[in-house]
Amino acid sequence: MISQHLPILQVIIPLLTAPLCLLVQHRRFAWAVSLAASLTTFLIAALLLDQTLQQGVISYELGGWPTPWGIEYRVDTVNAFVLLIVTAISSAVLLFAQCSVAKEILSTRITLFYTAYMLCLAGLLGITVTGDVFNLFVFMEISALSSYTLIALSEQRRALTAAYQYLFMGTIGATLILIGIGLLYLMTGTLNMQDLSQRLPAVTGTRTVETAFAFLTVGISIKIALVPLHLWLPNAYAYAPSVVSAFIAATATKVAFYVLLRFMFTIFGASFAFNSMPLSLIFTALALAAIFAGSTAAIFQDNIKRLLAYSSIAQIGYMILGISFASVTGLTAAILHLFNHALMKGALFLVLGCVVYRLGMANMEQMRGLGRRMPWTMAAFVIGGLSLIGVPLTVGFISKWYLIVGALERGWWPLAVAVLAASLLALVYVWRVVEAAYFQPPSPAHAGEIREAPRSMLLPTWALIIANLYFGIDTSLTVGVASRAAQQLLGVSG
Amino acid sequence: MNVLIGHYNYWIVIFLMMAGLYVVIAQGNLVKKIVGLNIFQASVFILFISMRKVEGGTAPIVTQGVSLYSNPLPHVLILTAIVVGVATTALALALVVRINEAYRSVEEDEIHEQDQSF
Amino acid sequence: MRPPIQPHNLVLRIAAKMLIPPILMFALYVQFHGEAGPGGGFQAGVIFAVAFVLYALVFGIGLARAVATERVLRVLASLGMLLYVGVGLTSLFAGANFLDYDVLAQERLEGQHLGIFLTELSIGMTVSAVMMIIFFAFAERGVRR
Repeated sequence: MISQHLPILQVIIPLLTAPLCLLVQHRRFAWAVSLAASLTTFLIAALLLDQTLQQGVISYELGGWPTPWGIEYRVDTVNAFVLLIVTAISSAVLLFAQCSVAKEILSTRITLFYTAYMLCLAGLLGITVTGDVFNLFVFMEISALSSYTLIALSEQRRALTAAYQYLFMGTIGATLILIGIGLLYLMTGTLNMQDLSQRLPAVTGTRTVETAFAFLTVGISIKIALVPLHLWLPNAYAYAPSVVSAFIAATATKVAFYVLLRFMFTIFGASFAFNSMPLSLIFTALALAAIFAGSTAAIFQDNIKRLLAYSSIAQIGYMILGISFASVTGLTAAILHLFNHALMKGALFLVLGCVVYRLGMANMEQMRGLGRRMPWTMAAFVIGGLSLIGVPLTVGFISKWYLIVGALERGWWPLAVAVLAASLLALVYVWRVVEAAYFQPPSPAHAGEIREAPRSMLLPTWALIIANLYFGIDTSLTVGVASRAAQQLLGVSG
Repeated sequence: MNVLIGHYNYWIVIFLMMAGLYVVIAQGNLVKKIVGLNIFQASVFILFISMRKVEGGTAPIVTQGVSLYSNPLPHVLILTAIVVGVATTALALALVVRINEAYRSVEEDEIHEQDQSF
Repeated sequence: MRPPIQPHNLVLRIAAKMLIPPILMFALYVQFHGEAGPGGGFQAGVIFAVAFVLYALVFGIGLARAVATERVLRVLASLGMLLYVGVGLTSLFAGANFLDYDVLAQERLEGQHLGIFLTELSIGMTVSAVMMIIFFAFAERGVRR
């Protein structure tokens, strides 16, 4: 009986936990109940993925109202894949959170942290699971508002301006998406995604639909932090508490990318997006700009979190490049990179969380000589860095492989060369950190006793790192699901 | 001429949207930016509601003897969007209060100056 | 510290005293007539909070805060949200989909009535509590510094 209600339980369980954390103002309780909720959502996501791989699309009507008029929750392969990675990252981060949060957030605000975290998780899961565009907007705003709060919980005052800037850009992006949804509703009279995809081909030639597409693409691009709309991302990731950086870096942009896939392929359809609108050209140009600008900016950063933030901007460029190929391989690469990048960045930000826990900050100066004093932490960073570069045996290699194959399939070999060149840039900025950690003596200001990070923080970090390696070697799950998802999105049977 | 007069609601929407965006981008005072954001959001609300107002239709509640109703769905959507806008404004103002306490100013250029001297 | 109440606040004080009870009643009216006229949870919640805000603006935060303490407001907000999800879960346990009001009572129409009533009530509770929390958070900031 429960198995038929899984889609709604996925969202309700974190939504229930948030007021519980607020009601019972006890720190241990808040952490324990949040962790339990997150692990439950991970279990539900795994069950949903299993169900949808066997049965096809799962549809759930809210309130018993029949589909085109009521709100529908719809799970297919793309959905389930994103649900799996979001819940997995959330559980790993919450395992990490107990010690990290105690050091980085004011003790009176810790229950507020868990409340906002659960609301953010509920919002992200709601965006992924819903089949109604306005419901998507509402959940998007829920997750956005709670992430602004999470960022502003940091003790550093620059986090406040970062959260403020993120709030403005995020709200403008969401309002543009709302305009797009309104224009779509104006032309078709429905808000249900399946219904929209069936009614849109009849009205595709009109200027209203093209304007709606433009508004939606720009709005979602702000949320993904696609260059040149990426200005909120570096500061937001750099000055937030480490746990928040890890969670948001690994999930928020990925879920926004999923929204892009949903709108472009399921609702508008690939033929409209790529034939009627010059999307392929625009996305290729912006993706290349993102990849090179992001990687180059990362090389010159002193704050390691900002370095990883600029690296994220480059990785988002890879995902957009995958879409711009408009082929099954390209889309598979994009979806695969969604999963892999979440694993990579989640692990790397957790590593930085360990560093901040012991040293208070994560600048280049703190990293010097850390290889000897925090060996497990830095080893994790090295493996995560290798994954970012795309060394074989890591997940980074798998997504870059599919990207290059997709480019070569299309005959665009300069793009393949560009992907390889950007990997060299990644090598440079990863090497900077590794060199400081292993080949430089610790700076005198931090020459004191620095111990390894506590086990409760090392275990989730290493769990994500091992996932990096495991899914780089045994790719049957990730590649299988991603290619099925890509085929479903493009409407190709098989 | 029909485009100008018949679609006057869309002209209002465009005017408010551009005014709101201009205030957000050009104003240096953090509180005034929030006002600009509100104007921007209000223009979107007007877009939705004016789109679906049926001429001569009454409020969408079933009563005797009335057959023409306005479409209730956009009203519900806008109600939700207004609530989201209120929450966003409250959050932005809370951030401004804390920024004011941390930086002793709400002017963007003064805050940037203080950050550069980090 | 707040200055002592001066005679030329008299008009404000009397007007506020006369207005606050009708505002509260109006909030309840709007809350329960959401189906038959414009109204519902959110509007009612805001009007309810406005009564407290008006009192705090005219008479000072002290007594208003003593009535609407942080603990009371926090509990009210959480309970509202839990009630909403609880209504949905009740439908789930009764065998239908989430938030299906039909199964909440013996007859379909009664079930819809009860479902809408409880949902709007929970929204009203949470919204009024949150609006008051926001106001008091801002208003107390100056006093604390």
